[in-house]
Amino acid sequence: MNRQEMRFTGSGGQGIILASVILAEAALIAGHTAVQSQTYGPEARGGVCKAEVIICEGDIGFTKVVKPTFLLALTQSSLDRYSKGVDKDCIIIADSSLVAPKGYNIVSKPIIQTAKEKIGKAFVSNIVALGAINAHLKLVPPDVLKEAVLKYVPKGTDEINTKALEAGAAL
Amino acid sequence: MAAKQKEKRVLLQGNEACVEGAIAAGMRFFAGYPITPSTEVAEQAAIRLPQVGGRFIQMEDEIAAMAAIIGGSAAGVKSMTATSGPGFSLKQENLGYAAFAEVPCVLINVQRSGPSTGLPTSPSQGDIMQARWGTHGDHPVIALAPATVEECYHLTIRCFNLSEKYRMPVFLMTDEIIGHLREGIVIPDPKTLKIENRKINKKIPPFAVPKGEIAPQSAPFGQGQRYNITGLVHREDGFPTNSTTIAGELCTRLMKKIEDNVDDIIEYEERHLEDAEVIVIAYGGTTRAATKAIELARAKGKKAGLFRPITIWPFPAKRIQEIAKKAKKFVVAEHNYGQLVHEIRLATKDAVPIEFLGKVDGTIIMPNEIEELI
Repeated sequence: MNRQEMRFTGSGGQGIILASVILAEAALIAGHTAVQSQTYGPEARGGVCKAEVIICEGDIGFTKVVKPTFLLALTQSSLDRYSKGVDKDCIIIADSSLVAPKGYNIVSKPIIQTAKEKIGKAFVSNIVALGAINAHLKLVPPDVLKEAVLKYVPKGTDEINTKALEAGAAL
Repeated sequence: MAAKQKEKRVLLQGNEACVEGAIAAGMRFFAGYPITPSTEVAEQAAIRLPQVGGRFIQMEDEIAAMAAIIGGSAAGVKSMTATSGPGFSLKQENLGYAAFAEVPCVLINVQRSGPSTGLPTSPSQGDIMQARWGTHGDHPVIALAPATVEECYHLTIRCFNLSEKYRMPVFLMTDEIIGHLREGIVIPDPKTLKIENRKINKKIPPFAVPKGEIAPQSAPFGQGQRYNITGLVHREDGFPTNSTTIAGELCTRLMKKIEDNVDDIIEYEERHLEDAEVIVIAYGGTTRAATKAIELARAKGKKAGLFRPITIWPFPAKRIQEIAKKAKKFVVAEHNYGQLVHEIRLATKDAVPIEFLGKVDGTIIMPNEIEELI
């Protein structure tokens, strides 16, 4: 696999960090090298939240994203802030409720709407996003991603999260 | 590399790896007070300790947490606390007590931006000098700095081993970069680990050091040896004294524990030093940017190498002097306004030009910033 430098952005409370942790875990299970890190403000909810995952083969080296190859944006402010200056070939998956800035490689997907309407719970937006990202980038086998999701989500939410993952992959 | 890839790795945060390492080293008591970015150490200790028959207590503040682990260790249980910036300041008085009373314990300091409450969620290496001089009076200090999550695991074990061997507090000076980083690590078979336990001899006075030994051999409280522990200057039986002779001997003995054993305590990593003209000196979370910078510079034909102190205190001055002889320039990078660079200047006495890169804005040093100075 070519080195993937991925950013996950949105608002604190959307499960952005958890989504990035799950993807790093899945990459590890699939036999790749992965690191995950995050930046956030002192507030637990509502501030702009950014998580990073780097996936590669062999030594990871520097652990922060220098040149993003992928960006997930679930809020307008995170899309505006983090799309600025990325390469034209950086794949951006943005929630379809957002106004996409011109000149970028943006794929709009109804992530939050799918979570709310199809699954019935907005809080699974992060897992819907994971399904969508993996279907688009083909990073790990879908069953490996499912294994990683089930390792991290709270007990009793297995079914709803599996549905969310599948709905995301179908977007 | 290929073989390493095949081993089973688990995804752990640096802070979580510290706890796993501590438990492997025999830690069975943790007292703490949560503070970003160290909180996951306490959280993980709260989950893991009951599973292995240990105890976790959340104390009313950082001062009490430090006091509690001194008590835990005096009772013979390997004990640890974790904190950051403001909490490290609060623990200083009791750290001096532990150093003077020769109570083994481990403190994980996940450094964040300061001063004061600073930027709680941002990385820093601003407590390096505080680790050395934070508590009053001359006292011995051992401090290690991990650069990977795997090292968080192994160096926490080493912190416990050193603290038991030298009977003193030992610091793991990690930082927000490594503390909050998740990466895959191999958890070794516990049987392959070297674990040190304090030597005990109830037949000699509690603070007497037998010939050829490094530290006192008092028994844990409650095991049949009655003695006093104090932060006052004390005799070999533990009771206070105003004897200037004893004061001089005791304080000197404590400093000599380190001075006479630097080769046992000091560890460092070197990369490409065989041909390096420019040597980048970095440690802890800054290392990963330095390593990348060296890779970028070497790709452009520049002869750059890395010197990374793994042991920060005692400082590897002798080795710095040796490598300074061959280098044309040092580049020192730290997430502070310049701390360890003072020790490097002191050791090299201007024998080699030093370019310093420091950051105090809470952002992370990037590889290109270091590369520009190479």
